[in-house]
Amino acid sequence: MEMDLDFPIRTMSKGTLFDKVWDLHTVGTLPSGQTQLFIGLHLIHEVTSPQAFAMLRDRGLKVLFPERTVATVDHIVPTTNQARPFVDDLAEEMMQELEKNCAEHHIRFYNIGSGQQGIVHVIAPELGLTQPGMTVACGDSHTSTHGAFGAIAFGIGTSQVRDVLASQTLALAKLKVRRIEVNGSLKPGVYAKDVILHIIRTLGVKGGVGYAYEYAGTTFEQMSMEERMTVCNMSIEGGARCGYVNPDQVTYDYLKGREFAPKGEEWEKAIAWWESIRSDVDAEYDDIVVFDAADIPPTVTWGITPGQGVAINEPIPTPESLKEEDRQIAAEAYAYMGLQPGQLLQGTPIDVCFIGSCTNGRLSDLREAAKVAKGRRVAAGVKAFVVPGSERVKREAEAEGLDQIFIAAGFEWREPGCSMCLAMNPDKLEGRQISASASNRNFKGRQGSATGRTLLMSPAMVAAAAVTGHVTDVREFMN
Amino acid sequence: MVSEVKQVSGRGIPLVGDDIDTDRIIPARYLRCVTFDGLGAHVFADDRDHLQGQHAFDQPQFQGAEILVVNRNFGCGSSREHAPQAIAKWGIKALIGESFAEIFFGNCVAMGIPCVTAVAETIRQLQEKIASNPQAVVTLDLEQQEVRCNDFVAPVKMKDGPRHMFISGTWDACGQLVSHAEQIRATAAKLPYVSWSSTR
Ligand code: SF4
Repeated sequence: MEMDLDFPIRTMSKGTLFDKVWDLHTVGTLPSGQTQLFIGLHLIHEVTSPQAFAMLRDRGLKVLFPERTVATVDHIVPTTNQARPFVDDLAEEMMQELEKNCAEHHIRFYNIGSGQQGIVHVIAPELGLTQPGMTVACGDSHTSTHGAFGAIAFGIGTSQVRDVLASQTLALAKLKVRRIEVNGSLKPGVYAKDVILHIIRTLGVKGGVGYAYEYAGTTFEQMSMEERMTVCNMSIEGGARCGYVNPDQVTYDYLKGREFAPKGEEWEKAIAWWESIRSDVDAEYDDIVVFDAADIPPTVTWGITPGQGVAINEPIPTPESLKEEDRQIAAEAYAYMGLQPGQLLQGTPIDVCFIGSCTNGRLSDLREAAKVAKGRRVAAGVKAFVVPGSERVKREAEAEGLDQIFIAAGFEWREPGCSMCLAMNPDKLEGRQISASASNRNFKGRQGSATGRTLLMSPAMVAAAAVTGHVTDVREFMN
Repeated sequence: MVSEVKQVSGRGIPLVGDDIDTDRIIPARYLRCVTFDGLGAHVFADDRDHLQGQHAFDQPQFQGAEILVVNRNFGCGSSREHAPQAIAKWGIKALIGESFAEIFFGNCVAMGIPCVTAVAETIRQLQEKIASNPQAVVTLDLEQQEVRCNDFVAPVKMKDGPRHMFISGTWDACGQLVSHAEQIRATAAKLPYVSWSSTR
């Protein structure tokens, strides 16, 4: 698929939520042909913001709408000992820089211990900050998560974080819109994670470049907000900078009563507005792809890109069965992973099991994993740990006794953060260890060891791997 | 802040491989920093360790190179600007590749580093030419949309929008964006949620 990096990318989509939200947020057209787009919600964290604040200072600029930026700390926080100063000096320095910048620019900051700290893509929805019809930006590629609410949300680089701080706008080219329709009920043992791994596997890791993905159809309509977040979260893994689901009653029920959700009269006004920005029934798309939910199996990645997935009971593809263009990266993956073409992934011994991240670190994810862990024991020699996505997730999970189920089964129960999703904190793979991971990226070296290996799967499948010690079909635990 | 980028000339460095993601360009442990300054030393750290001196970025003949020639989907993965920053701090001033990931490309535009695309065959030839003659000067000409290296000339592509931004020196959008404060406030005022979703 050819990359299209034109400004503006010519689009034909009409009447979609993406088109409507884009138009409503357009400030003007820049000399480059790009749109100057207003950003309704800007989220920042400790990794990609310090340099942006420094650039602001260099140029003598101030934050234009400090009340539209919200900060938290997630990537570098230790998940065991969170006492300050952090043991890692560099992490402590980043933390202090964020605290200083937020104080100086009057930006609301959810720090450790506030009761609301957590992975930025987990806490903004929890607080009701993320709402339908908004544009959301954050210096993090998984900002696509917020699209679950019918927001247009995308990851940006640090120079763009600077732009949003200084102007609350971004210079952007409009994307094309691909409707990805999935219809029907998912089979038992098949989760939102499997749906998105299946989509990425089918459309490719570059298939979404230049597109926003609209997830539509009865399968997504039946999903909870947390499941929709899991799907939208990994849009970027399919190359799409943003992905969204049209808002509906499920969205409104989730939002109602949350801290930053509209209240009273404004709630009624909000619902009317949210309904108006839904994609029209006769909306036009640049592309439409249709899946049947019944065809989606529990899916696991075997390689070094999120597109290298197989059904749990399907052999790892042979080079001959792959498209010409996918063979080189497959060859690299066989070698790096130490796996053979034609081999079954099922039964592969696992060293580390990680349940967490902005993909699958929410309450419903922990519940599904706990169902599998309950009354069982983590296999000998396996290190298994659960990292709640936020302080709130942790609190709510503990209120339900999920922590006790995990601890009794031999899992470690940690403090919230990104943890081993990208291993910027002390949680890391060692050497060639292989992990079953509920996170979103299986790139070489992603989990903290240059030779470490990652198998992506649903949290329930990670729990199944933990208790058996090898890659396991979670359906064996369901009856 | 205007600085025009019409042509970049310098020695080349080939980096063969598809889907080289930002985790490989700069592993996450090097993101523990509050400035981009020291990143150049760690670019491709794990790949370089692994190849023990045989990685292009370690090979003596490519030291001081300024034009990086890559293959497909370069820079996929995380949005970290640390990745292009690390490449730039190492000394790279332009990239030529089969294709680039979208956020990576956008980050490069914001930094004034052009990324142009060329067909696979051109990339292959260029990588070979540079490998066999590392001293040769590669010229990336954004106005003519071509790459030249001794007698080798081939077309490269960058879409008109970003290309115009480089040539006219308007790739740094920040100043333009900030100058529209009034229109920004007017747009905000029309959005119903702006009043009910303020964090104040
Ligand atoms: S959990 Fe992982 S993907 Fe999500 S924000 Fe943190 S590091 Fe990024």
